[in-house]
Amino acid sequence: MPSLKELSKNRGLFTGGHRACPGCAGPIIINQTLSVAGPKTIFSLSTGCMEVVSTIYPYTAWGVPYMHVAFETAASALSGVEAAYQSFRKKGKITEKWNLIALSGDGGTYDIGFQGLSGAIERGHDFLYICYDNEAYMNTGIQRSSATPRGANTTTSPAGTVIPGKTQFRKNLTEIVVAHGAPYVAQAIPSSWTDFTRKVRKALDTEGPTFINVLSPCPLGWRYPTNKTIEIARLAVECKFWPIYEVENGEYKLNYRPRKEVSVKEWLQLQGRFAHLFTPKNEHIIGEIQEDVDRRWEKLLQKCKEVN
Amino acid sequence: MPIRALTGNEAMAEAMRQINPDVVAAYPITPATEIVQLFASFVADGLVDTEFVPAESEHSAIAACAGASSAGARVMTSTSSQGLALMHEILYIVAGLRAPIVICGVNRSLSSPINIHCDHSDTMGSREAGWIQIFAEDAQDAYDSTIQAIRISEEVLLPVIVSTDAFIISHSMQRVDMLEDNEVQKFIGPHRYPYSLFEKTITIGPLDLQDYFFEHKRQQIEAMWKSSPIIEKVTQEFAHRFGRTYGFLESYRLEDAEQVLIACGSTCGTARVAIDNLREKGIKVGLLKLRIMRPFPHLKLLNLLCHSDPDPFACHSERSEESHRTAQGRFCEGEESHIKLINVLDRSVTMSTMGGPVYVELRSALYDAPERPLLVDYIYGLGGRDIDVEQIIDVGLKGEQIIKKNKVEKPVDYIGLRE
Repeated sequence: MPSLKELSKNRGLFTGGHRACPGCAGPIIINQTLSVAGPKTIFSLSTGCMEVVSTIYPYTAWGVPYMHVAFETAASALSGVEAAYQSFRKKGKITEKWNLIALSGDGGTYDIGFQGLSGAIERGHDFLYICYDNEAYMNTGIQRSSATPRGANTTTSPAGTVIPGKTQFRKNLTEIVVAHGAPYVAQAIPSSWTDFTRKVRKALDTEGPTFINVLSPCPLGWRYPTNKTIEIARLAVECKFWPIYEVENGEYKLNYRPRKEVSVKEWLQLQGRFAHLFTPKNEHIIGEIQEDVDRRWEKLLQKCKEVN
Repeated sequence: MPIRALTGNEAMAEAMRQINPDVVAAYPITPATEIVQLFASFVADGLVDTEFVPAESEHSAIAACAGASSAGARVMTSTSSQGLALMHEILYIVAGLRAPIVICGVNRSLSSPINIHCDHSDTMGSREAGWIQIFAEDAQDAYDSTIQAIRISEEVLLPVIVSTDAFIISHSMQRVDMLEDNEVQKFIGPHRYPYSLFEKTITIGPLDLQDYFFEHKRQQIEAMWKSSPIIEKVTQEFAHRFGRTYGFLESYRLEDAEQVLIACGSTCGTARVAIDNLREKGIKVGLLKLRIMRPFPHLKLLNLLCHSDPDPFACHSERSEESHRTAQGRFCEGEESHIKLINVLDRSVTMSTMGGPVYVELRSALYDAPERPLLVDYIYGLGGRDIDVEQIIDVGLKGEQIIKKNKVEKPVDYIGLRE
């Protein structure tokens, strides 16, 4: 594992001056990824926040080759790049190793790009797919996705007088990707950069399709002060809402186990999207969310062969 | 040169084998499935060294093509009907990216009701996507056009779709005069594309807002203008090397025709027989086969219809919009046209209630003619309904009445329809 000093040498592959909101976790995730991936990397983005903020013509924040086709095509377009790469390698036109990385939000991964992702993993293309999961369609103005947690107030699951925010629990996409039999799948968080960058390295060194799901706090959609991104990310792991773990050839490994009990309530109350749950009428939903988190955590511990 | 008995699908698959693209990403759909499965067998048998991506949908297939093309690969795919419709979003993106991708298409109706047979709804439905569109009449045309399409797309940096008619061409055995593998390779040459992700640190597909988008679209329109002389050059070179001539428009017995039939695809063959028949009856009918739908050859059409110029390469004025403007004042001067009536045969509809796409565009092109002939649109063959020689003869006989009355009573009519 290279030192932080060494990693910092790769800065500039994603430059400042892009139009991401203050406190956005997206560019942090991109910079951490590029710090280990380096310049021989091609990025395939889906339409969404990171695409919109980084490439407003005639400017680009990307110091590595980049392509964007459509919303649902981060994986499918990259599978074409990978096919070209294999073709060129076979014909001796390319001899160097390239990293091929797809980057998409939860909308482009859990929802509209889900089929393309599934197909590309099944075909076994040699690439890394990173989902920056900010738990809603933030680029279009905070609409619910299948990654939006239960109870969250979004513009298409509004906290109304009758319906208190999103009524469904979130889709567990990481487990769905594991079920595809991808050789390396992980969940990560930008607040644990050593863990995340190690996972990126490992994924890039693994042959075949690899997937990292990174929780990406969004001050605008989650409604918290812009200087709290890393703190909120860390707390998501501490309260077990977002466990960080990896699955290598089907073998689960828990990468971090919180030392003290932190309730989900502590994480929820920092975010305006859950404010309506803190009323006598809706408080039971917090209990339901806690139950769901506990259930998922127990299941994960079993898979990781960790004793509770 | 080897002469083979091939179906339209086999002819296109053979052309793909000889082109030997770097990447093919495709998905099966009736009636184009055969092209994909034949090509998969070429890959499996090592007859090509293509990377084959068996995508999980047409949408992903064309997106993978866009990715591979941006990476600098020579890329092809094949589809039809619902598949082309599912690609629709990405068709525009591919054209905007100026990615030289070639589709071997098969024209089939669009749902609903679901139907697997021939009409032109799918291909005509994507005519504004920015692709060069070639309607092949038979397997030979499909084979030759596929080979030409590689050169055309890579020279002008626009994608090309070559299509045959479902089952009528795709599944019927025809005589195909094939080229040798090395002749094809020599004709298409090495792949040329200026923007490889592996060679340049480049941002492909950026967000393009109010201050640049319009200019980029304008460049795309200009590329479409410039594709005309490139198509001419490539088809002429093909004719010179291999002896088979193709045009944007191909005329048959048009020299002294009072009536013209205009059609795309396989119906042209039927129309030729009907025209011979009508000529025997003393009715002066000719055919204009519309082979290239995009770019729409409006100047060539005017030239042919006003001067009955039998040379498909006669009009060289479509160099750019600039020369178009100067050409506008020039064509149709001099001799008076002998064409009194044009019968358009449209195998799809626009749902505008103004007829089929060929009729609508032809009508628009004729606005510039000093004397406009009478014009009738016949919608026919939707969902694969057969059109036969007798029916086309009827069109000619009806045409005689229309000319006699000098009046079109039913501008949009139907052939072979139970009302």
